Amino acid sequence: MMLYDHISSNKRKSILLIVLFFVIIGILGYALGAYIGNVFIGLSFAIILSVIMTLVSFYSGDKMILSMSHAIIADKKKYPHLVNSVEGLAIAAGIPTPKIYVIDDSAINAFATGRDPEHAAVTVTTGAIQRLKRDELEAVIAHEMAHIRNYDIRMMMLVVVLVGVVALLSDLFLRSFIYGKRKDDIKGGTIVIVVVLIGIVLAILTPLIAQLIKLSISRKREFLADADGALLYRNPKSLANALKAIRDDKEPLVEAANKATAHLFIENPLRNFKGKVNGLFSTHPDINERIRILEKM
Amino acid sequence: MILALWIIIGIAVVIVLYIVFTFNRLISLRNRVDNAWSQIDVQLKRRYELIPNLIATVKGYMKHEKGVLTEVTKMRANLVSGSMSEKAKASDAISNAFKTIFAVAEDYPKLQASENFKMLQEELSGTESKIAYARQFYNDNVMALNNGIQQFPSSVIAGILNFKEREFFKTEESEKKSVKVEF
Repeated sequence: MMLYDHISSNKRKSILLIVLFFVIIGILGYALGAYIGNVFIGLSFAIILSVIMTLVSFYSGDKMILSMSHAIIADKKKYPHLVNSVEGLAIAAGIPTPKIYVIDDSAINAFATGRDPEHAAVTVTTGAIQRLKRDELEAVIAHEMAHIRNYDIRMMMLVVVLVGVVALLSDLFLRSFIYGKRKDDIKGGTIVIVVVLIGIVLAILTPLIAQLIKLSISRKREFLADADGALLYRNPKSLANALKAIRDDKEPLVEAANKATAHLFIENPLRNFKGKVNGLFSTHPDINERIRILEKM
Repeated sequence: MILALWIIIGIAVVIVLYIVFTFNRLISLRNRVDNAWSQIDVQLKRRYELIPNLIATVKGYMKHEKGVLTEVTKMRANLVSGSMSEKAKASDAISNAFKTIFAVAEDYPKLQASENFKMLQEELSGTESKIAYARQFYNDNVMALNNGIQQFPSSVIAGILNFKEREFFKTEESEKKSVKVEF
């Protein structure tokens, strides 16, 4: 089954990505250590920092994201169709029913988070519940369910944290270099100097590279979740129509969204109406492109 | 001579490993099918429980459509007892009957406005789509299992270990259209 293959490829990629990030973080820590004169301290600081941050986000990242987004548990009496749709699509996806949350916001949007299908949450805005047709809402939930089943939620959470660690370390390194006193007497031979120089280059470039990696993964995941969501719901037109409604939303800004959570949503919640910043730095692929692909299915 | 022996041992190990791997894969495919089937059963049972409630609510309004209600009552028992194909048939017949009932209900604003009816309608349509989803999941898993049993070389092992193909939960019209995904 190609779907199960896809999931294991995603798990493999997660591991590869984490290794890549740990190598970057290791080099940064080494350079920081070489600069302050003790490689061991620098390296262990970097590793401990990233391990702690990864563990914290792994086990409580979803709760932080949900509370940051002002999401509240959806009441079945109040939103019967939402709850029924999530329960139904969980059956179709073969995963346990995720927790269901609602954000009180008139913009149409939705996201999924968690560390695995057993610890996952689906969140939709009240705008989506009120303004999307029933089949469109269900298609949006199918898209989110695909994110959960494919372990995209875990992948994105880890990527975000590791991007954060890289940014933090780079910043620390550059600051201590710029404001530090020991510019002239770095102990050790040419190797240490070379490492420190590499560290400087890395410190300047890696936050940018890490960010680009994150964004490119995020965009790719959206296309995949569209396709898998369409497979689950067996009706790509409904998702295309939902995306059109989202595209034509006059007030797309989700008040409680921010830069740290924007990539989670089905479409960028921070965009301005008509304002287009697609390309290398966008969290989401061009929505018209997504609609076009869905309509061709 | 020694080399030939090692080669034979090597091949034997690979074959044994392959058999173990295939056996485990078939077992997990079969468990998935069983699990998927129980999901359908849960939803059919839920629907079975909701039907008396619906009939009690709409009976007063359906003077001219008594036949539909009798049909639903008759088919209801088959949802929880009976063979898979009987269940599938009963489920589809009831889905069709519901369409009629809800269409007729639109002529009665008082019924439409009743909270109880609204809740029932939401609950029944939710159950209906869950049955469809469970069926979809079940049939996908049956296909994966049947492929494993039919395709060579796992078919040989399935044959020796007596794995049986499963039946699709199928009916004529109500299958949802399948979707072609391509990039």
